[in-house]
Amino acid sequence: MADHNGGQSGSTDAGTAVEPSVPRTVSSGTAVVVQDGIPNPGHQPHRLRVTDLDPKKEKEASRRVSGLFFLSLIGSVAAVVFYFVFPIDPSNLASVRINTLSLGVAISLGLLGIGIGAVHWAKALMSDAEITEERHGTRGSDATRAKAVDVFTLGNKESGFGRRALIRNSLFAALAVTPIPAVVLFRDLAPAEEPGELLRHTMWDKGVRLTRDPSGTPIKASDVTYGSAFHVIPDGLNEEEDRLEQKAKASVLLMRLRPEDLIEPDEKKDWSYQGIVAYSKICTHVGCPVALYEQQTHNLLCPCHQSQFDVSDQAKVIFGPASRPLPQLPIAIDDEGYLVAQSDFHEPVGPSFWEREL
Amino acid sequence: MSTATETPVTTTEPSTTSTAYGPFASPTRGARFTGAAANYIDERTSISGLVKEVGRKIFPDHWSFMLGEVALYSFVAILLSGTFLTFFFQPSMVPVHYEGSYVPLKGIEMSAAYASSLDISFDIRGGLLMRQVHHWAALLFVASIGLHMLRIYFTGAFRKPREINWIIGFVLFILAMAEGFTGYSLPDDLLSGNGLRIIDGMVKAIPIFGVWVSYLLFGGEFPGTDVVSRFYTLHILLLPAILVAALGVHLLLLVINKHTQFAGPGKTNGNVVGVPVMPVFAAKAGGFFFIVFGVIMLIAATFTINPIWNYGPYDPSPVSAGTQPDWYIGFADGALRLVPPHLEFLVFGDYTLSMNILLPLLVLPLFLGLVAFYPFIEAWITGDKREHHILDRPRNTPVRTAIGVAGVVFYAVLWASASSDLIATHFKLSIEGVIHGLQALFFLGPIIAYIVTKRICFGLQKKDREIALHGFESGRIVRLPGGEYIEVHQPLSDAERWRLTSYTDYEPLMIRPNSNGKITATQRLRAGFSRWFFEDRILPVSKGEIEASHHGDDH
Repeated sequence: MADHNGGQSGSTDAGTAVEPSVPRTVSSGTAVVVQDGIPNPGHQPHRLRVTDLDPKKEKEASRRVSGLFFLSLIGSVAAVVFYFVFPIDPSNLASVRINTLSLGVAISLGLLGIGIGAVHWAKALMSDAEITEERHGTRGSDATRAKAVDVFTLGNKESGFGRRALIRNSLFAALAVTPIPAVVLFRDLAPAEEPGELLRHTMWDKGVRLTRDPSGTPIKASDVTYGSAFHVIPDGLNEEEDRLEQKAKASVLLMRLRPEDLIEPDEKKDWSYQGIVAYSKICTHVGCPVALYEQQTHNLLCPCHQSQFDVSDQAKVIFGPASRPLPQLPIAIDDEGYLVAQSDFHEPVGPSFWEREL
Repeated sequence: MSTATETPVTTTEPSTTSTAYGPFASPTRGARFTGAAANYIDERTSISGLVKEVGRKIFPDHWSFMLGEVALYSFVAILLSGTFLTFFFQPSMVPVHYEGSYVPLKGIEMSAAYASSLDISFDIRGGLLMRQVHHWAALLFVASIGLHMLRIYFTGAFRKPREINWIIGFVLFILAMAEGFTGYSLPDDLLSGNGLRIIDGMVKAIPIFGVWVSYLLFGGEFPGTDVVSRFYTLHILLLPAILVAALGVHLLLLVINKHTQFAGPGKTNGNVVGVPVMPVFAAKAGGFFFIVFGVIMLIAATFTINPIWNYGPYDPSPVSAGTQPDWYIGFADGALRLVPPHLEFLVFGDYTLSMNILLPLLVLPLFLGLVAFYPFIEAWITGDKREHHILDRPRNTPVRTAIGVAGVVFYAVLWASASSDLIATHFKLSIEGVIHGLQALFFLGPIIAYIVTKRICFGLQKKDREIALHGFESGRIVRLPGGEYIEVHQPLSDAERWRLTSYTDYEPLMIRPNSNGKITATQRLRAGFSRWFFEDRILPVSKGEIEASHHGDDH
């Protein structure tokens, strides 16, 4: 190793020297150039393994490796056997588990046997002598670079790319514009209507009954006891073609508080009915359903990002990332005593968007 | 092979080297067949040149180098299991009534995507296993990429000439997360639907275009009937194609640049010391692929992941408490949770600006941008244009290491925030308290981590210096004839000392006027950064100091 190290040690100080075959000097920036560094001690003597020294151990290792490969064989065959021996029985859910477990364990035995065997082979039996390979600077040699420059110069000369400015610039312009049709083609990813308008309307309208989610049975005011909360959808939603899109806007939570607990501004005094209030269930943050109602504190909690809304005070935000109160659905009762909407929401429900207040 | 030189040591083992160079020593039938086959292929592909070039290429060995391998091999597991799944999955949101084996959901209306995911889980032998292999491998894929990036960062393996490969690796990291999210959304279950709902809400907050972007993404109003098939195309075609291409370039550059190595005796910046591809590295790496795949398979066989049958089909109304995204999306979800209330404003009259969503949407790209461009920032500060193939030990670059740990803590705080509700319920804390605590940690955590890490690095460097100069403490107390007690220090071998003492040392930049006699603002900025990085430093041990210390120890 002395011969190898001899050529290197002068330039190995602090392990930062540039590859010596590049004669060019490269700035080392603010790196300190070491004058008094410790010399690289060079390669250390190779240490033999127990399998190199003891033929018995070598034989054992070799048996272990082939044993592992045989184990893999057993695993792979077992996997095929298990596939047929442990089928899925539709009437027995446990069969799914047994199928998954037996197949998976057998296949992993097939894989691990090969893997551990091969690594063991490499570590115990293959040569573990370290070999040194010289690096060359990543940069091409000066001659190569000169040739490359020639290629471009020649290409430029023969095509007139640099000289014929009109051709070149018109090509650039054409190339820049060609992708635009590809972008325009994607317009029909969405239907023609203006999306902003769709977000302003829900299925709620004057006289639409409040019904239970998901059964769709109407709710009488007398069913709503103090402290209870109902998950509500508009009547007829389940029959809609675009059921989920409508539900994503029209879901409502219905709660009854003691009327004296409710703080209501004058213009919304008649939006509730005997302490029964209805608020949009779609969070004004990013639109998760605000599904958790805490009846003691009258707080609604969004399970996604923990925004909290105070139902007793117009569903205002009291904690969390949401900004706006949940929109309130004005309700009343119809002739049969069922709860109905007085109108649609008076503002867009769900997450904020740029044109929301227009 | 002309570029590889055997170390003279190997000549002590004639048995191993002679077989390596004499494959056709005896013309057995097998050897004749191999020779003929090789000849047939080479005469049509000139592949012998490639074999000669890379067959004995040297790969250095260190346990941390396997993290990238884990990423690569888990990606192969993803490709294999994912291909199986495509044969059974129906990427369609057409409503169907479920008629499969899972009784609790029988007769319920759901999308074909969800129904076929249930069929894969309950009616196809090995289907659940493959689904779980796919999901576990995906989790491992992103995790191993993250750890691989940390290894690259903390050892300085991103320095010249590997900056471009760092960027490609970063792109792979982003692609992996995009693959994860699109794949997570495909089964169209309640949990993934809520994830999409959150994306929809975030997209809508984008000024001016938000509503349109959401509208085009979902093919109309959320949830629409298109998003699963569109995500499917992204998930199995577009993103994997880009990912495979980027991965190919990543590995090609790895071969061109040759692998980095830690400082060690005989290892220099101008060489690479390790084992050759044929046979040792090939056996180890090939074997390791099977180990990674086998472990994923074992986990998939024994641990349930994403039990979609428990969640039910997507419906915009119900949601269960304690819902969480897959781990790698957690930092983004956590960022949404930490925003304080009422950060929404009206601008230009009546336009809504939702800073509660835009703030995370700005902070996260800023953080990721810093990660992506760090190599260029550091290169600008040091001004070092040399190639660096010897890895740094993290302690020897205290400020870089401290910045890295601060970044890890920043990420970890956001990540923990995605579980704020679970932290509150498990530790019986109030959700408000947990959020306020995490908000404080968001600012303080990285600062504290930075200071502590920097100090620890200096401490370790001082210890290294002490050991390099005076040797290990042996624990042997000796009484001198004069009655004095001393502890005997065990001297270090040259090789051990070399490991401790060989590192690059930078000094702060001195501001100097340029050719016009002016000191530019960029120069001042660079000097400021340089002071920040290199003002406090521990010098590497010099030869003179070692000699002096030996002299001192002699008495």
